[in-house]
Amino acid sequence: MPQTFAQKALARAAGFDFAEVGQVVDARPDVVLSHDNTADIRRTWLEFGQGRVTIPEKLAITLDHAVPAPTTKHAQNHAEIRAFVQEQGIRNAFEVGRGICHQVLSEEAIVLPGQLILGADSHTPHFGWMGALGAGIGRTEVATLWATGELWLRVPESMRIVLDGPLPPGVTAKDFALRIIGDLGADGGLYASVEFSGSGIESMSLESRMVLPNMMAEFGVKTAYIAPDEKVFDYLARRLARRQTTDGGRTVTEAEVAIRNSQLAANAIYPDADASYIAEHIYAAAELEPYVACPHSVDKLATLSQVAGTRVQQAFLGTCTNGRLEDIAAAVEVIRGKRVAAGTRFLVIPASSQVLQDALRLGYIEALVEAGAHIGTPGCGPCMGNHMGVPAPGEVTISSANRNFQGRMGTKNAEIYLASPAVVAASAVTGMICGPGNL
Amino acid sequence: MSTTGRAWKYGDNINTDVLFPGKYTYTAQGRAEIASHALEDLDPAFVKNVKPGDVIVGGSNFGCGSSREQAASCLVYNGVAAVIAESFGRIFYRNAINFGLLVITCPEAARAIQSGDEVTVDLARHRILTGSGEFAFPPFSASVGQILQAGGLVEYVKTKLRETA
Repeated sequence: MPQTFAQKALARAAGFDFAEVGQVVDARPDVVLSHDNTADIRRTWLEFGQGRVTIPEKLAITLDHAVPAPTTKHAQNHAEIRAFVQEQGIRNAFEVGRGICHQVLSEEAIVLPGQLILGADSHTPHFGWMGALGAGIGRTEVATLWATGELWLRVPESMRIVLDGPLPPGVTAKDFALRIIGDLGADGGLYASVEFSGSGIESMSLESRMVLPNMMAEFGVKTAYIAPDEKVFDYLARRLARRQTTDGGRTVTEAEVAIRNSQLAANAIYPDADASYIAEHIYAAAELEPYVACPHSVDKLATLSQVAGTRVQQAFLGTCTNGRLEDIAAAVEVIRGKRVAAGTRFLVIPASSQVLQDALRLGYIEALVEAGAHIGTPGCGPCMGNHMGVPAPGEVTISSANRNFQGRMGTKNAEIYLASPAVVAASAVTGMICGPGNL
Repeated sequence: MSTTGRAWKYGDNINTDVLFPGKYTYTAQGRAEIASHALEDLDPAFVKNVKPGDVIVGGSNFGCGSSREQAASCLVYNGVAAVIAESFGRIFYRNAINFGLLVITCPEAARAIQSGDEVTVDLARHRILTGSGEFAFPPFSASVGQILQAGGLVEYVKTKLRETA
């Protein structure tokens, strides 16, 4: 029987060769992710009366959602998490400033192709960029995994989305994601596993690929997938080799990378050619254009020209969706030699310390600050309204994030538009929503 | 088992940020504090007037967005017995079950019920009874049924751990 990616990945995680759509399996994830919510998860886990987490080697914990701590309460929350990490000997724990969970776990090669990662974070489908099955779960479910190592999951129906041809200049993976959600609705992918394919996906950079499964959380999906290729294996093999040899302090050789490369390829999962799908949507890349999601729903799609001229008080570049090096590069290309408009703030938060270091090395941070932008600590920033750039009532933000619900950035009567990094940067320069072509 | 209460009706895509704002998600602790922020940015009257046994009615994609569990637990802590909707965001659905909150997918009932209507959920017969009619809903899956029967995931896991000890 032919199987989709989700069928194969969940079958593997449950110890079977085959899983039927609709079947409920007890899956054993390879990685269990939590972040600033870890202290609350621990309080629930304590109810199970265990002194030790049963799967400490599978836990990955990042401090990223409210960093550096904005209040004493947040600081106390972080302190409790650090104590837990220490007490349980959690090796994959990342401090304030290292970056956003999805970016850090990718950079550190902690999640690998064909694996199952369950995270107390709704954007866990992110890991589909490398052909891993990522799904969001609740805190009590993470506590359950700490205690038992397994969780029930239903094998989802799958949907194919095809991108034919390379994206035209000025059109990004973000625009493609916004268009999909705009066309099919915020519930268009409810419960489904979305498999991306097509020449437009194959030719995409890895950083752009990361945008797609990440944004599919806003489409209601359980998970999303892109077939891993040589580019993916190479990215991960290098990082894996580096991480695994750090202790010895020796230089990683090409031979060591090659071994890991072939191991990664051997564990990758690909759907069968004749697997069955509930729907297939084909997009011709050449027909796409820059889009903006309007307040207060990600499926309120507009073309850039339809909303051009809308005044913005804040432009925010960052998050797990669009806070990577190529996003910062796109912004720098737009803003270099220009100034942020009077009456507008331009906040840039790199997705990780690695992104920040690369951006520093390439002179991007200098160019941004020179243009009047301000830089935040790697992390989620004001995306979910905890701190560091929350808008005032009545203000409008254009953001490279993934979510624009009412109150999302911490203020009920504030509007959030979502767009690509270049559009965010161009809007910062004019103080109005616009594209780089309008500067 | 059945439960009766008044309906609070909202629209499509009721998301986790309006159910429980993200700014409280890492610091709010305890039933009272979590309960106090329920629907804060959607309907300030809700917390003031909700009564134990009341039912929330939504359109499609209810609970979409974040994985934050308080989006479900804040309703439980306010005494909400059930959410009836056309469809649910999948993480919210799981979170609700894990807190023993009935989440019922029933598009016909979700459309027919109006705010303030008296609604009875008859779990044994899988029926929703309202002034505007009686609506059937599909039984819960076995995995969901077990967790609901245990009174939530924590109690379910405790029992399982005791059995395997």
